[in-house]
Amino acid sequence: MPKGNKELHDLGTLTTEKSSTVEDNIALLRELVSHLRQNRTQLRQEWARRITEAKLLTAMSQEEIFTEATAVYDNYVEALETGTFEALQAYARNLSERIIPRGVETHEVIGIVLLLRDVLARSLFAKYQHDFALLFRILDAYEPAANRIANTVSVGFVQERERTIRQQQEAIRELSTPVLQVRERLLILPIIGVIDPQRSRQLTEQLLRGIRTNRAKVVVIDITGVAAMDSNVANALVQTVEATRLLGATVIVTGLSPEIAQTLVTIGVDLAKMNTVGDLQGGIEEAERLLGYKVVPISETAQLA
Amino acid sequence: MEVPILKQGSYLIATFQAALTDEDLLKLQDALVMQVGKYRSRGVIIDVTALDVMDSFAARTLRSLAYMVRLRGADTVIVGIQPEVAFAMVQLGLTLESVRIALDLEEGLAIMDQRTKTGKGLALVDQRAKRGVLREK
Repeated sequence: MPKGNKELHDLGTLTTEKSSTVEDNIALLRELVSHLRQNRTQLRQEWARRITEAKLLTAMSQEEIFTEATAVYDNYVEALETGTFEALQAYARNLSERIIPRGVETHEVIGIVLLLRDVLARSLFAKYQHDFALLFRILDAYEPAANRIANTVSVGFVQERERTIRQQQEAIRELSTPVLQVRERLLILPIIGVIDPQRSRQLTEQLLRGIRTNRAKVVVIDITGVAAMDSNVANALVQTVEATRLLGATVIVTGLSPEIAQTLVTIGVDLAKMNTVGDLQGGIEEAERLLGYKVVPISETAQLA
Repeated sequence: MEVPILKQGSYLIATFQAALTDEDLLKLQDALVMQVGKYRSRGVIIDVTALDVMDSFAARTLRSLAYMVRLRGADTVIVGIQPEVAFAMVQLGLTLESVRIALDLEEGLAIMDQRTKTGKGLALVDQRAKRGVLREK
């Protein structure tokens, strides 16, 4: 806290000067805000023009940009005036929620906020060009607040984006590991796509829970949809098979592609404990055999009867 | 805490009520290996449904228990390992190799019946054979 220490040191001698600069600052900000309010229309248009010029927010129409620009402008001025960022933060979050699905990128959002900052700073330069001392003091008041606003909006956007991504990841993960019962005591687990450690863990957990609830005896894991496999994934698969055995069930792995078979043999993963069958059909037939089922055409059963 | 050992027909059933100390586990092992001979049991079922954690000592003791029981002429089935416990065990490399495992007590008894009736048993219950046996009765 260097600032606090300094203030403590200066307390005796500089109190009056200090409080006067703070008051000064507030007065300057007030002046600044009234300036921005007066020139609202013009500055807003200038900003929107510069956004279009810089080819930002191409996903949005001209009118939309203008409407959003107006709202951001007003929130911006308000944040400058009150020094509180909650309203702006909430608006930034709301805006992000609306524009993220339309493919607006992070650099665009940061770009437009910085543009606004530039536009406003230029208007200040234009207004106070005759009095440099006053201009500097105005900028001293303006810059920290403006930077903080830019920061708040950008961070809000990125956070919102991350939240969206997390949500989608979760949804995909939930959907991507269906454990299905095809016959009494027989489950199938089709795996499609890339398996990362987190997914393989979730897969195993879901499978084990499925075995418990369905009282399964045989599980067919079909990996036709898995494009590639490294030693980590292969080991995770071996672990899944072992954990399944601890619940008293048997695993049959099906659909190993030639590439995967080659990689597995080359990297030397021990798949001896695994029961593998060529395709899903073969796997289910093998499982039925283990469970004591036999599929017989109706004509044959009629003959038997 | 002692683990109660119940005699059910030609089987012995030991049900864990809570996590056991190493000493309790060894006591259980001794008692079971002794009683298998005493009651001329054909099988031992160990129910660990109540366990929410299984450490390496417990896993090793269960494995050696199964081997000892086999040498005394009976089979062992461990039943009721919880999904979370199974997952943790695999990550610790405790896979209870070559020990028979079943989902729950009911399943364990079915496997035992299967094995004792058909002599050399199968890993899985053969439903057709089971139905055949039922019909003969």
